[in-house]
Amino acid sequence: MEISYTNQNRELTIYLKGELDHHAAKQAMAAIDDQIEACLPSKAILDLKFVTFMDSSGIAVLLRAYRRMSELEGSLMVRNVPEQTRRVLNVAGLNRLISFC
Amino acid sequence: MSLEFPSKSANEGFARTAAACFAAQLDPTLEELEDLKTAVSEAVTNCIVHAYPKSIGKIRLKARLSENGMLEIAVKDWGVGIPNVEQAMVPLYTTGGEERSGMGFTIMESFMDTLKVRSSSGRGTTVTMRKKIKQRGDGEQ
Repeated sequence: MEISYTNQNRELTIYLKGELDHHAAKQAMAAIDDQIEACLPSKAILDLKFVTFMDSSGIAVLLRAYRRMSELEGSLMVRNVPEQTRRVLNVAGLNRLISFC
Repeated sequence: MSLEFPSKSANEGFARTAAACFAAQLDPTLEELEDLKTAVSEAVTNCIVHAYPKSIGKIRLKARLSENGMLEIAVKDWGVGIPNVEQAMVPLYTTGGEERSGMGFTIMESFMDTLKVRSSSGRGTTVTMRKKIKQRGDGEQ
């Protein structure tokens, strides 16, 4: 999984690319944790446009990012959610917790 | 089809891709294929995380077709087993800590038509899932 970032005015955008499964989740969690800690953003955006597959391991990644941002009293938004990923997130009811667009 | 592979996380992608390749002969829709891959990924991940928490063990993936387009997938391990299957299937229940969401069985149930879990403490677990692949072309213009 490839992970890249932009950070502007305490708005951190994290771009995920590839398959987000259990194999990739640990790396993704650590990378997102590190970036949030380094940037201390008020808003984090996870861009999933180039995620080609996600299972419940990805739910754990998103929930962890949500918790980290809540600890900072910031917000988390998830955008460009592919159809397969959206179905996984809907089963988990994550749309009730995290903003999607 | 029957495949055996070690419980290494790098094999998750291999397992779901192999299942999708097998199912391709039924000419499934992209959504049906994605559902199948997601369910297989969950079942194999459970083996890696829960069945063999401290060792590398063997996982067997079996797939077969019946005449009416019913696809059956069985994922078997010889690991520690699930002490309480009913509890393990409750959404959000996990023994895997913050790295797991506890949604694996819920996703398998949602994305497949049927799900059966047989487990024996110390002897392993078999997850059997079925999904009917709609026959396209029948009755379509």
